[in-house]
Amino acid sequence: MVEGIESVVPVTFWLTPGRTLFLSIHFLGLVCFAYIVARRLVPLIRSQRDPRFDRPFARAGNVLKFWLGQWKHPRYRVAGILHILIFAGFILLAARAFSMLIIGVSPNFVMPGFAGESGHLYEAATDYAATVVFLCMIFAIVRRVVFKPARYAVPARYGKAHTADAIFLLVLIAILMVADSLFEGTKAAALAQQGQLAELKTVLSLPWMFKAALASSSIPLLGSLYFGAYLLHEVTFYFLLCYRPFGIQFHVETSLFNIYFAKLDKSTLKPVKWGVSDEQLGEVKSFGVKTFEDFTWKHVLDFYSCADCGRCSDNCPANAVGRPLSPRFLSIKARDYAFQHYPMFGHSGNGQPLVGSIYSPDEIWSCTTCGACEAECPLLLEYIDKIVDLRRGLMDDGNVPQSLQKPLKALESRGNPYGKLEKKRADWANTKEFQEICRVKTLNGKCGAESLYFVDSITSYDDRMQSIGRATATILDHIGEDFGILGAAEKDSGNEVRRFGEETLFTALRDHNADAIRSCGAKRIVTADPHAFNALKHDYKDVPPVEHISQVILRGVKSGKIQFNPAENGNNIYTYHDPCYLGRHNGIYDEPRAVLDAIPGLKRVEMKRSHDRSFCCGGGGLMLFYEPKEDQRMGVKRVQMAAEAGANVIVTACPFCMVNMEDAIKVAGLEGKMTAIDLAELADKQMVRKCPVANAARNAEPQQECVAGG
Amino acid sequence: MARIFAYIVHRGGVPDDSAGELAAAAKKIDATASATAIVTGQGSDLDNVCSTLRSSFCEVWKIANDALAHPNAELIRKALVKVLPPGSIVLVAHEHFGIDLAPGLSIKLNAAYCSDVLGMDALDGNDLKVVRQEFGGQVSSHVHCDISSGAVLTIRPGAFRPQQNAALTGTIVDKSGEIGSLSAGRRYLQTIVAEAGDVDITKHAILVSIGRGIQEKDNVRIAQDLADVLDAAVSCSRPVVDAKWLEKSRQVGSSGKTVKPKVYLACGISGSFQHLAGIKGNPFIVAINKNPKAPIFQVADVGIVDDILEFLPELTSKVRELRGVPAK
Amino acid sequence: MEILVCVKRVPDTSENEIALNSAGNDIERDELVYSINEPDNYAVEEALQIVARVGGKVTVVTVGGEEDEEILRREMAMGANEGVLITDAAFEGSDGRGIAAILKAFVKKGNYDLVLTGVQADDGAAQVGGMLAAMLDLPFGSLVNSIEVLGGKKLKISREIEGGNKEISEIDLPCVLSIQTGINEPRYVGMRGIRAVASVPISNCSVAELSLDASAVGAAAAKVKRLDYFVPALGKGAEMLAGSREENIERLAELLAAKGGLK
Repeated sequence: MVEGIESVVPVTFWLTPGRTLFLSIHFLGLVCFAYIVARRLVPLIRSQRDPRFDRPFARAGNVLKFWLGQWKHPRYRVAGILHILIFAGFILLAARAFSMLIIGVSPNFVMPGFAGESGHLYEAATDYAATVVFLCMIFAIVRRVVFKPARYAVPARYGKAHTADAIFLLVLIAILMVADSLFEGTKAAALAQQGQLAELKTVLSLPWMFKAALASSSIPLLGSLYFGAYLLHEVTFYFLLCYRPFGIQFHVETSLFNIYFAKLDKSTLKPVKWGVSDEQLGEVKSFGVKTFEDFTWKHVLDFYSCADCGRCSDNCPANAVGRPLSPRFLSIKARDYAFQHYPMFGHSGNGQPLVGSIYSPDEIWSCTTCGACEAECPLLLEYIDKIVDLRRGLMDDGNVPQSLQKPLKALESRGNPYGKLEKKRADWANTKEFQEICRVKTLNGKCGAESLYFVDSITSYDDRMQSIGRATATILDHIGEDFGILGAAEKDSGNEVRRFGEETLFTALRDHNADAIRSCGAKRIVTADPHAFNALKHDYKDVPPVEHISQVILRGVKSGKIQFNPAENGNNIYTYHDPCYLGRHNGIYDEPRAVLDAIPGLKRVEMKRSHDRSFCCGGGGLMLFYEPKEDQRMGVKRVQMAAEAGANVIVTACPFCMVNMEDAIKVAGLEGKMTAIDLAELADKQMVRKCPVANAARNAEPQQECVAGG
Repeated sequence: MARIFAYIVHRGGVPDDSAGELAAAAKKIDATASATAIVTGQGSDLDNVCSTLRSSFCEVWKIANDALAHPNAELIRKALVKVLPPGSIVLVAHEHFGIDLAPGLSIKLNAAYCSDVLGMDALDGNDLKVVRQEFGGQVSSHVHCDISSGAVLTIRPGAFRPQQNAALTGTIVDKSGEIGSLSAGRRYLQTIVAEAGDVDITKHAILVSIGRGIQEKDNVRIAQDLADVLDAAVSCSRPVVDAKWLEKSRQVGSSGKTVKPKVYLACGISGSFQHLAGIKGNPFIVAINKNPKAPIFQVADVGIVDDILEFLPELTSKVRELRGVPAK
Repeated sequence: MEILVCVKRVPDTSENEIALNSAGNDIERDELVYSINEPDNYAVEEALQIVARVGGKVTVVTVGGEEDEEILRREMAMGANEGVLITDAAFEGSDGRGIAAILKAFVKKGNYDLVLTGVQADDGAAQVGGMLAAMLDLPFGSLVNSIEVLGGKKLKISREIEGGNKEISEIDLPCVLSIQTGINEPRYVGMRGIRAVASVPISNCSVAELSLDASAVGAAAAKVKRLDYFVPALGKGAEMLAGSREENIERLAELLAAKGGLK
């Protein structure tokens, strides 16, 4: 900004001939923008309801953290810093841009609060801001053209590359910065020539460089450049304003709203229809998302807000193994659909089914609901709810792969996906050898306990996973927990049933289990199955609080009830694999690690992808039955990551992770070089046993009613 | 005693293996009676078949007709109804043709019908007691048939062992003139042969079959080496296809191919019901598996508890030695 | 096209452990889960797909008692237009031929272009379809794995034959076909779908409504009767070679030579 000048009238006088033009552009630009936004709102109005107007303070907090604070951006360092700079620049430049636009029609306009010293500081800051934004644009263009980060690539089946459009927008923003800087630079150069004390103090800023370059240009030339720069700025500004809603740059406008309305209750699933209670569900004609209008307005807003950054797909395990799913393109395709079927002029909406046109069934079934996409997205886009809703639609239409129909039918008849008999659900606890170590109570009407160990299906029925059940029971017994299991009364927790879209079957399983849980009188629930943990915590109502066994073990360690023998083989290097439903979905990262670190002499390394960047093992529940088209198994990639980290033992805390890891070890040819062990199994193995006398007293014949299976 | 007939299917002038099995079944029903074979078709192929069947049956009824060039059960049923005496017992192999022909035949002959028979007691007056399975083979049952007006029975392939080939003793009776003209509401158009892939495992007499125990794709060559010295083909169970170590055309099982080899080496295969369902014709089954409790050992003829990754290469060397084939 | 699909309710083999009961005269039925016979389900799906292509109506019918209504409902939830339960004490103890006779009488009452059955059911007899066709004097095709509707009241069908090959034939309508699993991918029916048809009426049909010769049905007419269930004693299994690896290989090579494995 030019120092020491009281009035800028003489320079801005150059704009006077254009006043009518500028006013017209304002009018045209704003009218167009308003019309465009109104048309863009149409699908939101036609979509389903979505209550997002509660808890304004929490929502405002999200805006501060994720929008203003750009919290997720640094997860990709270079792009993150780049974007933070650009975003900060935009925020800072907002008032300046506004002032500049007004000046063309009202020359004396000064932003309230920006007069005097603060105004000058602001001007200086924004000089540099414009420069930084400009440089960022150059950097971004070079990055796109020369370095071509892999996540921006568009696989052939999704159409043409987006590079041209991206560069077009980057260039436009650069032009905007140039226009602004040229505007300031020419003014400073003119004022300097007129002998006015004009020191553009912001050395090496873009305006400063223009001023220096134009220092000896003629006044008329400067006048034309001044006028031209202004016009360029205004036209570019309004062009961008009206162009942004036609592509990914719409996120500039929608991001604030998208983050404000973001989901607050993480790890919960959207109900079939907001505002319709479970009892009323029978009256709903159609379940799930079949046509575009079945999405909620927030989901449509998500589609508008996707910035095509590709971070979601870059972290999506299904995408990494060549399944036909790319979360980024779920959003982009839906957005393109919205643009095509809700055009600026003409008839809107066409009510055609989405699956079979823009989506394929395999694309929708391929998702393991691991949540890596949601963990990564800087705009807090929600993916799992959409996938689940699309699956609900497919289920409703009967369009379900045969491989899933069998386990679903078995879940309906037998309460487990294997079709095994209910009465055998507690057999894992009743082997002769195990009963000598630990007696597990079955909580029926006559027999109660403080805690319920919810075993769930795979641990109950799978020969290999039963050892996790026994290890868990042994640990609970060791710390003196008064616990029991539901036995034949337990049915599958239904976590995947719900996430695969079979809401009715899930409700039946949930209601049955909730009744059994409440009847058994337990005050708390413990489980070693993160999928059951997730369902019991978020999808079940009115059941006692639930914990994962890792939390129980850690508490035992801290209280001294559990002590560990040192790790036997000093050559083993352990690594902990974060199960999706324990880590990402429920934030339990530290407890399992603390348990491992409590084992003396246990050497542990971290894989590059850990904590909320953990790489899904392949999925659990119904996903074990689905036959995907893929280039490789997710588990194989994961064990290779473990090997790369230098580990030869993978510790998991989920029976499904265990299935996938052990399978992958064989398929990857690492048998003999790598093993997998469950956290509970390891803890049980390393646990210092209490003295035999105390054991015998506690393990005396239990009451007949409490014998498991009774 | 009722007259026993066996309908024999044939291909390329050669009777199906079931011919001997049906003859044996007939002997079980009535050790004194001699069964009559019935074949339909035309041309020299049919004549060759009749000729071969003389060693298993005392009489061979030949029904030649151009309309029967391709075995159309609808037409054949009409022909049989014309030539079969009342109260006959008719045996047919329980496979795709038998399933098509036999139930309707029993109605037209007003005879009792029992399918997929595994065994039987000797006929006792009009009471025939047979053994069948139900529920996918999980339980067996004894079934009583009242054959006062005859019976049509389909016999499970491999359930009856054919007797030794005797010298040619049967006579050929030409019944072609008795059937009159034939037409039916179903007309044969063509046969579409299944894609065989690079190797057609159904055509090999010896199969080296691998399962999960092979552990990784690179180990498949261990099985191939053995197959090479045995002039065999490599086949597999489903997990191997799922892991993409071999293509689907190599899969033996209820969702893969049905094979009828003479020798079947099950290497690292657990022996699931679905896999075993693809093995027909009662081959000599050798099972090699690390797990002594694998179900395959129940159905195998010979079992070895060992690691196939070490066992097979040594077996390959041994076979090479015996055959005088120089090591590679 | 008017299509009739004959269905049967059977114990689900994948969700049950079939075992003998303590008396040894039947399988243990107390905790059995029943469902529609799998090939019948494929037949209903095929009928629905045909009708979606050429128009018409699908009726599902079963011979049994009240407990069999649940599978009729399931198929109606799948899309069948009508469900009929043929029930009468006189039918009890019928053998396969008796069931076919009952179905024949039912078919004659209606005007069906196509009758479908599954290839076989829990008893593995694979008989009702073929018997029904012969009784009705209609053309028949078993193990059908593809159906194409041609003009002029004809179908082009594919039958599954040996080696995974397919036998293609033309068949006149009306006809009877028994359907093999894998002909299509049946749509999923869940609890929600069944609840939606919970109150749709299922018509009952008794011996009075069918012109049936009572001597053709029921236990008395049965020529084939199951006497018992049993589990054969487990064979000794494989001859286990228990020597060293070298010895085993020697012995195995001998056996292979004897069995024609080494030429």
